[in-house]
Parts: sequence; structure tokens; C-alpha cells
Amino acid sequence: MRLLTHNMLSSNIKGVINGFPLRIEAVKVVEKTVEMNADFLKNMFQKIDWKVLIEASRAMGYTELPEESDFSLLESDEFLSIFHHALLELHLEEGALVCPESGRRFPVSKGIPNMLLHEDEV
Amino acid sequence: MWYLCAFFHRLLDYRKPEVESLAHLFGAFEDDHQNGDVSYNLQWKLPLHHHPDSPFHFVNLPSEKIARNIANRSILVKGMYELWGEGGSYEELRDSVLSFVDGRKLPCLESGTTFRITVDSFGKAISLKEQMELIQGFSYIPFKGRVKLKDPDHNLCLIVVDNNNDGANNGLPPVVQKRFFFGREVGAADRKLIPTYQLKSRTYLGPTAMDAEMAFLMANQALATPGKLIYDPFVGTGSILVAAAHFGAMTMGADIDIRVVRDGRGPDCNVWSNFKQYGLPMPVALLRADNNLPPWRPGLKEIFDAIICDPPYGVRAGGRKSGGRKLLKGTVAPYVVPDDKRTGHIPSTGAYCLVECVHDLLDLAARMLIMGGRLVFFYPVLREDDSSENHFPEHPCFKLICSSEQILSSRYSRVLLTMVKTGPYTEEIAEAARVKHLEFKENHLKWLEDGNLHSAVFSPSNAQLMEEAGDSKFLKDPRPKYRGKYV
Repeated sequence: MRLLTHNMLSSNIKGVINGFPLRIEAVKVVEKTVEMNADFLKNMFQKIDWKVLIEASRAMGYTELPEESDFSLLESDEFLSIFHHALLELHLEEGALVCPESGRRFPVSKGIPNMLLHEDEV
Repeated sequence: MWYLCAFFHRLLDYRKPEVESLAHLFGAFEDDHQNGDVSYNLQWKLPLHHHPDSPFHFVNLPSEKIARNIANRSILVKGMYELWGEGGSYEELRDSVLSFVDGRKLPCLESGTTFRITVDSFGKAISLKEQMELIQGFSYIPFKGRVKLKDPDHNLCLIVVDNNNDGANNGLPPVVQKRFFFGREVGAADRKLIPTYQLKSRTYLGPTAMDAEMAFLMANQALATPGKLIYDPFVGTGSILVAAAHFGAMTMGADIDIRVVRDGRGPDCNVWSNFKQYGLPMPVALLRADNNLPPWRPGLKEIFDAIICDPPYGVRAGGRKSGGRKLLKGTVAPYVVPDDKRTGHIPSTGAYCLVECVHDLLDLAARMLIMGGRLVFFYPVLREDDSSENHFPEHPCFKLICSSEQILSSRYSRVLLTMVKTGPYTEEIAEAARVKHLEFKENHLKWLEDGNLHSAVFSPSNAQLMEEAGDSKFLKDPRPKYRGKYV
């Protein structure tokens, strides 16, 4: 699971109001090289929650992302490559995503987050 | 400018929508955008005496560059030609070619250029000897260039349409009169893609993996290009996303069955390996999620450029959603999972009927697609319903721009629907969707029984019963049958 996915997911358990962001419990983090596409990154930059991406990358052991960000940074190649690395190249291979409100663990195994709810959660 | 567009004689309903989608992708409608009124349709014309199912059509495109781009990216365009001449006989063709503007012809005839003439026919086989004679017959064109059979600068083509073999029923659309076309090829489909990606050489397959040709057509309808994010909520073995990834799009997929997305059939036989096999970039994300209860964070919207999928409609594979059978029926209260058994608990799922599934899909797409983004999906239709007009699912945010039927059996066919998001997803629409959703939950059993396509497809036919009663006139299919309609 990449951090782009993490940035899009929340806990949708019935009754939970603030299911976002999910806390990352990292057991195994891997890095996989992905070809960079600047247009895609610029597109995603407007959609993602920056604070959440910073927290998530720290949980995965990556601390390069700047605290503040705005559109002007997208012109810098250096920023783009850091952003690209954090968003698409860091993978949570084994671990869990934890609901901030209820503490329910959504396991991530072989890189696939399991977001399916139990019977008493729907 | 008008071009002759010759199609492969198959998937008849899919031909024009593909060209029109690609025309959109390559900017053929850009002038319309400035007027604010977006068009999705091109101007088409039929050659003299041709049947609408004929593989030959004239199409009006703004430039040769666009025509070439469309043809080269397409799956069903056999060739796009700049027409030099046409006629009902060789003499007529000759006069027509000679009177075609020199300004267009001369650049191809200059010395120093290379060219080739090929002969193609429809409805009739032409022997090599005959082909040679036909090519020699073009000596009236003053070629100064050199002949080169492989990779020439200019590819000229004679097309002979002759399908009037004493009214023999060879399964092709009728052509009243012989017709000859001669023109310069501008572009043609790369059909090598299909053997490369064919399912029989795919490592990881499921029972409803999408055929490669159809997957490419879907990716073209979705305007897949580099930099776009395309989502499939029923990803299965990833067969549709493979086609989108081939065209450079970023892909994302979800499925409710964790065995399919996570495990596959081993370390080198899973969804990831299907992408690796063709050297394609891996999907951005694969996750296990329920289309009925999508896990997207509140406030997240307009993130996907397209959603393409083949929803489970219960004929070959049924859909599942969270909640057990008894739970959805309301006969039992929610089962509380004991704390010590929570880890590794396998939640039960219940049947997910088509009506509800399509409703959820439209709502998800309305929220998550960018404006102008496309939703491309298959929808089953019972062929007995004669009122086949206008009973496709609708949504206030979407405009249906084309529907293409593929006949699967005498009972049912599937229709590929392409919808464009034309209106924003507002609070009111979201609220209406929520109310509808609750209604679906309440009427779960009713929908399940009503939407039972499976029994309509597999129950014994009335025709069979009528035949036994000696009444065979009901058996006749009123629609004409052509080979191309069934493949």
C-alpha cells in the first residue's frame, strides 16, 4: 500500500464519525522505484491532505517532506522527486491501519489493505 | 476533411464510438469546447449503396494528424484512407483518381519517395495473380518513386467491395453494387496488441477475466493516457486495468474477494504478475473493499479520471456485499464478533443484486470522477425485451454518450455504456443517494428476486415449448444476422 492510498482511505465503521486519518502500524516497509509523471503529481497535489501525508511518511520512516507546501513548490524538480517518493514509492507491505476513533485494526498484508467490515460494523 | 474509414468486420456497435472517443482524446472537438457546447459525435457518411453494417464509412476529421492518431491507437480501424478515387467499375475509378486534386497526389509520386500498392477485398477473395494485374492496372498514375514493400513512405491501397455473389448468404451485409476505392493509408490499428495480450497466455486468470480486445476498447472509451488515474471497483484479476496501463494510465483496483487481490495462485501468479508479464507499471493500489460501503475518506472527491469495470451481474459471477444472508434479511440481529476472535475473523457476505450494485457504482462515480471524467461499464440486457430503448441506468451527474451491444446468447447481451460526468456532485444528490441506499437495504430481498437475470438466462425457453407445440414462427429472430454482430 502506497501513501497515496492511505491518504484516500478512512474507517467507514457504522457510528464512527472521524475515521480519518488512519494510523499506520508499520511492520515491513519496502521501497519500489516508480517512473515519475509530473502531471500526475501536480494533479494529485491538489487532492491530497498534506498534513496527513507528512504524518504517514514519518510513520514509514521517511522525514524529507517539508512541513508547509504550496503550489509554487511544484515547479521545483527536487520537491517533485521527494513528493513522488513519499506518495508512490514507499510501500507498506505488512502492518495495519488503525481507526483513530474506535481503534479497529485494518490489516495490511502482502501490500493489500483489507478494508472489509465485520458483521457488527456495517 | 473526409476520410474513408475501413473497419474490421467485428463488434459492429463498438466501431464508431471508439473512433469518436479517440477523436475526443486527440482534440478533434477542441473548437467546440470554446463554444461551451461539447460535442461527442463526428459526422459520418455511408458510401453509395452501402448498408449501415458495412465496414466502410466516411468520417469527417479536422486534420490528417488526428486521423492518423485515431487509427493508430484504435483496435477496430483496419485503415484510415485519404480517398483518391472511387467508382462502380475500373473505368469509373480511373476517371475519379485522375481527376483527384494533383496537390494531394503529387507529393506521393515524386522521385526519391518510396511507395507500395496493396489490394484488399471485402466479400470476395482475390488471387495473387489477379492482385498483380490490378496493381499493374494503375500504370496510368505517373509514379516516379521507388517501390518498397516494407515500410514505404506512402502506402496506397485498392479496396474491392464485391459481395453480390448471386445473393449467396455468406453472412455479410448486402452490397447492392460492386464498389472500388483507391486511396492513401493514413493510419491503421495495431492488432498485434491482441495476440500479445490474449487471455490464453495470461498467467493469472479468473472465470470472468475480460477478453483483451474488449479491455482495450474499454480503455479507449475511458480515454486512458499517461498521467490519468483509472479505477476499477471490481478488479478481479486486473484484466481491464492491464489495458488501461498499456496506454500509460495509472491504475487502481478494489475487490471484495481478498483471495483474488492478495493471494492469487501464488507468488508469480497474481494481479501484480499480470502487469509484470507485459512490463507494465504496477497498479498504484489494490485493496479489498466493498463497493456497497466504500472506504473513501469524507471530503475526497473528483480524484479519478475514469472508472472502468464489468460489474458482477449474476449470470457468470454474482456480486457480494458486506453482511450475511440472514442479517440482510433481518431475521437475525448483527452478530457480535467476540474480542478474542477479531483478528483473522472472516466476515460473512451476502448477495449483491445488480440494481443496487449499479446504483452504488453511479453514486461512487458521480462523487469520485473529475468533471468530464468517464464511467465505462457493462450492463446486461435481456434480448426478449423489445423495448430495448432507454432503460439504461441514469444519474443526474452523467450524460450517456454511447452504448454498444455485444450479443452473448440468444437470451441476453451485454451493453458497454460510456457516460461522461457533466454535472457536479452536490449535497442534494448525495442525500438523495443516501435515501435510495437505505431503501435498497430495506427492500433487499425484493431486489434480489426481481433482478434475477440468472434465471432469465438459464430457464427453459418458451421457444422450445412452442416448437413442441408445432408453432415455429416465434423462433424467427426479426433482426438480421451478420457474422460481425456475433463476434
